[in-house]
Amino acid sequence: MKIRDLTELAGRNLREALLRNSLTTMGIAVGVASLVAMLSLGVGLQELASKRLSSSGLFDAVFVAPRMNDRGFERDQRPSPGSGDHSRPLDQAAREQMAKLPNVVEVYPEIRFSTDILYAGNPYMSMVAGIPESARNGGAFDGMKGAFFSGPNADETILQIDFAKRLADNPDSLIGKEIVLRYAERQTLPAQSSADPPPDAKTKSAADSNLSSGFSVIPRQKKLRIIGIVETEPAAGFGGFGRGRVLIPEELAEKLSAAQSNDLRDILRGSSGAHNFASLTARVKAASDVKAAEDAIKAMGFSTFSLLDATKNLRLVFAVFDLLLGIFGSLALVVASLGIINTLVMAILERRREIGVLKALGASDRDVRKLFFAEAGAMGLLGGMLGVLIGWLLGQGITFGTNVYLQRRDLPAIQISSVPWWMIVGAISFSIAVSLAAGLYPASRAARLNPVEALRYE
Amino acid sequence: MNANNHFAIRADHVRRHYQMGSTLVRAVDEVSLSVGKGEFVALLGSSGSGKSTLLNLMAGLDRPTSGAIFAHDRNLAEMTPDELAHHRGHTVGMVFQAFNLLPRMTLEENVELPLRLAEIDRKERANRVREAIERVHLTARLTHRPTEMSGGEQQRAALARALVNRPTILLADEPTGNLDSATGDEIMRLLREINESLGMTIVMVTHERPRAAEFAHRLLQMKDGKLISDGVQP
Repeated sequence: MKIRDLTELAGRNLREALLRNSLTTMGIAVGVASLVAMLSLGVGLQELASKRLSSSGLFDAVFVAPRMNDRGFERDQRPSPGSGDHSRPLDQAAREQMAKLPNVVEVYPEIRFSTDILYAGNPYMSMVAGIPESARNGGAFDGMKGAFFSGPNADETILQIDFAKRLADNPDSLIGKEIVLRYAERQTLPAQSSADPPPDAKTKSAADSNLSSGFSVIPRQKKLRIIGIVETEPAAGFGGFGRGRVLIPEELAEKLSAAQSNDLRDILRGSSGAHNFASLTARVKAASDVKAAEDAIKAMGFSTFSLLDATKNLRLVFAVFDLLLGIFGSLALVVASLGIINTLVMAILERRREIGVLKALGASDRDVRKLFFAEAGAMGLLGGMLGVLIGWLLGQGITFGTNVYLQRRDLPAIQISSVPWWMIVGAISFSIAVSLAAGLYPASRAARLNPVEALRYE
Repeated sequence: MNANNHFAIRADHVRRHYQMGSTLVRAVDEVSLSVGKGEFVALLGSSGSGKSTLLNLMAGLDRPTSGAIFAHDRNLAEMTPDELAHHRGHTVGMVFQAFNLLPRMTLEENVELPLRLAEIDRKERANRVREAIERVHLTARLTHRPTEMSGGEQQRAALARALVNRPTILLADEPTGNLDSATGDEIMRLLREINESLGMTIVMVTHERPRAAEFAHRLLQMKDGKLISDGVQP
């Protein structure tokens, strides 16, 4: 029998026992719905975790330090004993070279300094951090109140909510208001001889060669307009554990030339007078680009660090999690498959005579088997489609309920369920496959019916 | 030239025995007969004589325990299940006492069913269905379901369904058994018309000797599974 005729006959047969077949199809739909709801939660949570981690700026970044000392990341990158701590400085030239590497989006220094903030005449001690422009599109500021910086040099600030709460009971009211940043500007002085003469000529000569330019510190103030409030400090980079509370644009932060803790060490170490970075963060397009960028930067003579392996472990954990959810979700579908077997076996009893007539009119065993298969497959297809819809609605319902709960606790809304296209296709295919498997026994039983006995059946 | 070429059906020492509890039932026992092409044969006998079993063997719905049964040149006893299905779909058409129309289908759909199974092209189907329905004079009932038709109309519909695949042999199992006398005669006249106009071989099982004698060319009498008489009508 041709597929079109088979489909028409199967559809006609299904419509004939509408209530029973609808209930069986609903059983499949509930099974598929439970599977889809479980998996959508698994995938949704995975996406949420990945997004959060990615917005933390830890997984798409390579952290770079000079290869020389206690700031270097890897022991095997240390210079050999006796060679001293001289290596390529992490300066502006190196930064520009890194920025030109393929898939590197941005290279920026870690700027964060502890300072005084004046608001409404009161001083508050806090940590200021520079935020790179690339953080704008990284999803890190999702759910923030207010807006991202209008430009890389804007005199604007985004406050971390804990700090904002220290300034005002209602943090949202701070948006649009101004704070004053009091900081110490670092101004480089020209190189000069040591003020105290060395005890002997030999020592003096050595000391002169090691002395570099110094810097003076000038107190400055900068007015900044508060334009946003954010839950956590995003794109903090490797040094981000220091938790910046007052976030300013990266370029503005660099222009301020605020004295940082490593400046003192630079004076003692440096010889050229040029400003070297204690560390740089090279942000790449995607986590998959980290390895290549890291290798290239190492080849330039720097020490690097990334959290690449952590994402691999995370994926493994979620794969196991999804598998378990899938198994539990499939149990309902297994129960539904028993419903299909029951429905089709009942149909054989009811349509015994009809099967006999079909055979008398020329239907082969294969035709009868295909007809019952088509009916099982149609129930699987309809049940699968309905199940995906119900599962999606369940996921949305759970997300809604969770967000109501989170809002009551003053936490930001999240999307914890996700139904990607592969899940839709997979769930419907799985539903059809389970239904066909359930139809195997009834279909072969119908095909084996003796036509003479079937025709005699009342 | 093969001797079988003269015959539409030939049975050669056919037996159909089956076990019912501890009893061996000899439904058909050593029956040999032949039905010529274009013949109208009536198979007579009382209930349990084995006539319907023999008809089922000719239809390829059942297989003989031993012996050979030929439809044209081919031995049904040696056919594969698929070949038997093809035989039922193309070589023979069947009519039953209980009509056996599918109740949820209209007349048109019932008649079309063998064409669906035979994978006949849709355009061709419409022509054949119309032709078969015209032959049994049921054109006005195309969209009616079996429950909306009289017994005679249902049997004519069943006849149209049996003819639609243009078989060479028509097998009818008590075709007038569920009909009143006048309607039964009407069906018999239709069978004779089909036999004469199409040259179709007809084997009809019946227990109504007078009616069989009136319409059939030849009467075969069965008793206890055996063929006891074979008489050509004058």
